[in-house]
Amino acid sequence: MMVQFLKNRALTFIVLGLLGTVPLLMFWSGSDYLSLATKLVCLCIAATSLNLILGYGGMVSFGHAVFFGIGAYAVGIPAYHSVYGGMDLIATSNGFFHIGFAIVLAALFALITGAISLRTKGIHFIMITLAFSQMMFYFLLSLDTYGGDDGLTIDERSQLPFISLDNSVHMFLLSFGALLICLYMVHRIVNSRFGLVLQGAKDNEERMAAIGYNTFAYRLTAYVISGAMCGLAGALFANSESFVFPELIDWTRSGELIFMVILGGGGTIIGPVIGGIVFIVLEDVLSRFTIYWHLPFGIMLILAVLLGRTGIANWFKSDGAIKKPAEGNHE
Amino acid sequence: MLKKLLSISLMLGVSTISTAAALAGEVKIGFVTTLTTPAGVIGKDMKNAVELAVEQMGGKMGKLDINLIIEDDGFKPDIGKQKTEKLVKQDKVNFVSGFIWSHVLMASRKTVLDAGTFLISSNAGPSPIAGKLCNKNFFSTSWQNDQTPMAMGEVLNQQGVKSIYIMAPNYAAGKNMAAGVERTFKGKIVGKDLTKWGKDAQLDFSAELAKAKASGAEAIFIFYPGKAGGAFIKQYQQAGLQGKLPLYTVFTVDSIALPKLQKAGFKGVLGSRMTNFWAPDLDTPQNKLFVSSFKKKYGSYPSFYAAQAYDTMYLIKSAVEAVDGDLTKKDEMRKAMRSANFPSVRGKFTYGKNGMPIQNFYLREVVADADGVWTTKIIKTVYTNHQDPYVKDCKIK
Amino acid sequence: MDTTLLFIQFLNGMQLGVLLFLLAAGLSLTFGIMDLVNLAHGSLYMAGAFICASLTFWTGSFIWGVLLAIPAVALVGYVTEFLVIRHLYTRSHLDHVLATFGLILVFDTSVHLIWGSQGIAVPLPAFLDGQVTLFTDVVFPTFRLVIILAGLLIAAGLYYLVNHTRIGMLIRAGASNRTMVSALGINIQFLFSMIFALGAVLAGIAGMLISPISEASIGMGNQIIITAFVVIVVGGVGSMKGAFIAAIMIGLIDTLGRSYLDTIFKLFMSSNAAETSAPAVSAMLIYILMAVVLALRPQGLFPPKARG
Repeated sequence: MMVQFLKNRALTFIVLGLLGTVPLLMFWSGSDYLSLATKLVCLCIAATSLNLILGYGGMVSFGHAVFFGIGAYAVGIPAYHSVYGGMDLIATSNGFFHIGFAIVLAALFALITGAISLRTKGIHFIMITLAFSQMMFYFLLSLDTYGGDDGLTIDERSQLPFISLDNSVHMFLLSFGALLICLYMVHRIVNSRFGLVLQGAKDNEERMAAIGYNTFAYRLTAYVISGAMCGLAGALFANSESFVFPELIDWTRSGELIFMVILGGGGTIIGPVIGGIVFIVLEDVLSRFTIYWHLPFGIMLILAVLLGRTGIANWFKSDGAIKKPAEGNHE
Repeated sequence: MLKKLLSISLMLGVSTISTAAALAGEVKIGFVTTLTTPAGVIGKDMKNAVELAVEQMGGKMGKLDINLIIEDDGFKPDIGKQKTEKLVKQDKVNFVSGFIWSHVLMASRKTVLDAGTFLISSNAGPSPIAGKLCNKNFFSTSWQNDQTPMAMGEVLNQQGVKSIYIMAPNYAAGKNMAAGVERTFKGKIVGKDLTKWGKDAQLDFSAELAKAKASGAEAIFIFYPGKAGGAFIKQYQQAGLQGKLPLYTVFTVDSIALPKLQKAGFKGVLGSRMTNFWAPDLDTPQNKLFVSSFKKKYGSYPSFYAAQAYDTMYLIKSAVEAVDGDLTKKDEMRKAMRSANFPSVRGKFTYGKNGMPIQNFYLREVVADADGVWTTKIIKTVYTNHQDPYVKDCKIK
Repeated sequence: MDTTLLFIQFLNGMQLGVLLFLLAAGLSLTFGIMDLVNLAHGSLYMAGAFICASLTFWTGSFIWGVLLAIPAVALVGYVTEFLVIRHLYTRSHLDHVLATFGLILVFDTSVHLIWGSQGIAVPLPAFLDGQVTLFTDVVFPTFRLVIILAGLLIAAGLYYLVNHTRIGMLIRAGASNRTMVSALGINIQFLFSMIFALGAVLAGIAGMLISPISEASIGMGNQIIITAFVVIVVGGVGSMKGAFIAAIMIGLIDTLGRSYLDTIFKLFMSSNAAETSAPAVSAMLIYILMAVVLALRPQGLFPPKARG
C-alpha cells in the first residue's frame, strides 16, 4: 500500500517535472515549442476538471468543451470592448477581471445546466450535456459582433501585475502554475469527505442516498467546480492563442477531452495530464510525417481499448492487474 | 513512459537540428492549406499549382534555392495557428502563404506579423484584414470577400433583373457575400436564406429551394463553396428550376466541382453565370502558360484557388529577385511586392495600401470547351480596376 | 399562409425524417440490444454512399449500384463487428466511445486513401431525375418522393420483422432483458452479429439514398450521427416505434423551422435581426427539443416496455 502510494507519487512528480522543464529547456536551446506546450497545459487543466466529475464522479459529460469556450470568450469579449469601445461594464483588459469573469460565467452555466442535466443518468446525461453545448455553439456562431464563425482576435492580452502574457515564457509558467493548483485542488477534493461521498455515489448511489446523503447536491457542486476550472483553462488558452472561435465548443473537442482522461487514466490525479501529453504529442508528431496520420492514430486508439491498455497511469501499478475497465455509467 | 517521452523529445530534437542546419542560400516559403477533410480537394489544387510554379522556376528564385514547406491546417483555426507557429519559429521561413479560410488566417496572422515575416493570403480575404487590421507586411493574391458579389449585383442590374432570392451559408464569408450583392443590386430582394454551416453544414436545400420557387423571384443568387456547391446544383436541377429561376453564383462553380458534375451528367449547371477576377480563358501570356502546363501536368483545368496560389509564388519571386537574394532587406522586398511587378495570370494590376489587389472582375459562363470538357468562359468585363470598400478603414499610408 | 408551399415543406420534412429513421433504427437496435454506443455508425452511412457511388459508375446504373452495394455494406458491417465491435460488448460505454471514435478515424482516412478527398457526385437515371405533379400546383422532385416511399416501406418491413417473426421476438426480448435471451439457449453472438450487419445495411441504404442529392463525401456520417442520437434519445432508447416517430418529428421540426422561423421572427423583431437569429435558433431547435424531453421525461417519449 505504502509502496504503491509512493510509486504513484513518483510518477506524478516525474510527469509534472518533465512537463514543466522540457519545453523551457528546449526554448532556451533554441527550439521554441512554448506555445504548443502552453496549449497542452491548458488542455490538461480542462481534462483534469473533467476527471473530477468523470473519473471520480462517474458523470460522463459529452459537452465539457462548452466551459472551455465560455472561459475563452470571457477573455475575448471584454478585451474586444476594451480596444474598440462599447459595453463599458465589462470593457477592460484587467487580467484579474478576465479570469474571474471566465470562472464565474462557466460556474454559472454549470449551475444552471447541471441542475437540469443531473436529473438524468447514463446515456441521457451524455446527450443532454451535448445538447447544451450545441446550443451554446450555435449561439456563438450567430454573434456577428464577435466575428461569428470567423472567430475573434484578441488584440490585447490580459494585463497582470509583474508578468506579461505577451512573453511566451511567462504565459507558459502562468498556465503551468494554474495546472499545479488545479491538480492540487482535485487531490484535496477527492480525499476530503466531500470527495468520498462523490466517489461513493458513483459506485453505489442508492447506498449513499440511503445513509442520508443528498447525492444530487454533491454532484451538482462537483459539476460547478469542474465547470469553473475548465473556464479557467479556456481563459488561459484564449490568452495563449490570442484568438477565440466557436468551434472550440464543437462536440469533437468534448470527445477529445474524454479521450485524454480515459487514455491517461480516469480517477487518478495525473492520468488526464498523461493523456493530454500523449494526445497532443502524437497529433503533432504523427501529422509531421503524413497527412493520413489519423489512420495510425485511430488504430492505436482501438488497440488501446481492445487490449485494455487505456489508463496509462495505471500501467505503473505494482499488483500486476493492468487495468480494470474504466468505470462508465452503466445502466 | 519515460522512454517514450525521451524518444519523442529526441525526435523533436532531430527535426530542429536539421532545420538549424539549413543553408543560407535558400528562400524558405511556408504554405498553409487544407489537405485533409473534404475541403482537402481545394488544398490539393493549390498544392499542385504551387509545385508547378516551383518546377517552372527551376527550383530557384534568383540565385536562391526554393525550400517549400506545405502544412495542413485540417480546416481548424487552432491547428492552422499551430502549423504557422512551426513555420515561423522552428522552420524560420521568410514568407508564410496559403490560407483558404478566413478563420484560419485570422487565427494565424498575429504569429506571422509579430515576427516581422511577410504574410501572403492565397485565398482568404476577410474584411478586418483589409480594413482596421491591415498591416504593411500583408499581401493578397486573391480578392476581398465583398468584391466578387458586388460585381454580381452590377451584372444583375445590367441584365435588368428586378428581383432575386439570395442563399448563402450562415457564416462570416456567407454573410459578406450576401451583403456584397445587396450593396450594388438595385432591384428587390424577395427572400434570403442563411443555411447552417460548419462541420455539420446543411447539404439538403429542399426547404429553401421550395421557398425560392414560391417567392416569385426572377433569379437566384447563391454562394456555396466546396462540396455544398455541387450539392446545390444537383438539387436545383432535380427541383426543375433550370430555365425557370436562372442561377447566378459566386465561388460556387469552379474547376473543382465541374468535372464531378460532368461525370454525373448534371447539365443544369451549363449556362449558369458567375463573377470572378479570373478565368481559364483570360487572355494574358502568363495565364496561357499556367493553364496549358497545369492541364498537361494534372489533366484538368486549374481552379481559381490554383491560379491564386500560382500567383503567390511569382509575387514572392519578384521580391526575392528585387533584393538579389539578400532576404534581410525587408523594406525593399516590401516595396517590390507593393509594385505588383510580376507576371500575374490576371495581367497587370496594382495593390491598394492594405495589400489587396485593385483588379478587374469578369462575368463568366459555364460552357463545354472544344474537347467537350466543362469549363468557364469570360463573357464580359464588369469592373475595371476595382478596389475593396474597406481600404478606407486602413490606417497605414 | 400558402398551403401548397406548406404541403411541399411537409414532404421535405418527411424525406429528412425517413432518412434519419434509417440511421436511427440501426443505432437503436445496437444500443437497445447490445448496449453498444456506436459513434462509428455514421461511417457505415458514408461507406454505403461511397460503395454505391463506385458501383453506380461501374454498372452504369444507380439501381444496380444500390442493389450491389447492400450486400457489400452488410459485409463491411460484419467485418467491423468481427474485428472490433464484438470485443466491446462487455466493456463500459466509455470504452465504446473511445474505440468507435478510433473507428471513425480509420474509416474516414481509408475513404480518403481509396477515393481521394474530392467526394463523388452520383447520377440518377432519367426517370428518377425529374419532377412529378402530385396535384395541380404541387410539383415535387421524383427522387425525393422515392426516398419517402422507400423509407416507409423499410419501416413497415422492420415493423413486421420485429413484431411478427422469431428473430423479432428475440430482438424485443433482448431490448428488455438481455440475460433472459442468452438463458434461452440462443447463440447470442450470432444474433448480435446479424443485428449489427442489419443496422449497417440500414445506415448504408440511407447513405446510398442521400448520395444523389448531396454527394458521397468524407465525414458525411459524422455530421448526421449526432442528429440520429438525438432521435433515439427523444424516441426512447431501444424502441423502434419511438425511433420512427421521433425521426419524422425531428425531420419536420428541422425543415419547418428552416422554412418559417424567419417569417415568424419578423412578426416581432426587425427584419435584420430575424435574418440573423432565425438560422441560429432553427439549428438549435432539435437540441432544445431533446433537452426539454430529457428534463421532463428522461426515458424518452416511447420507451420500450419493461426495460430493466
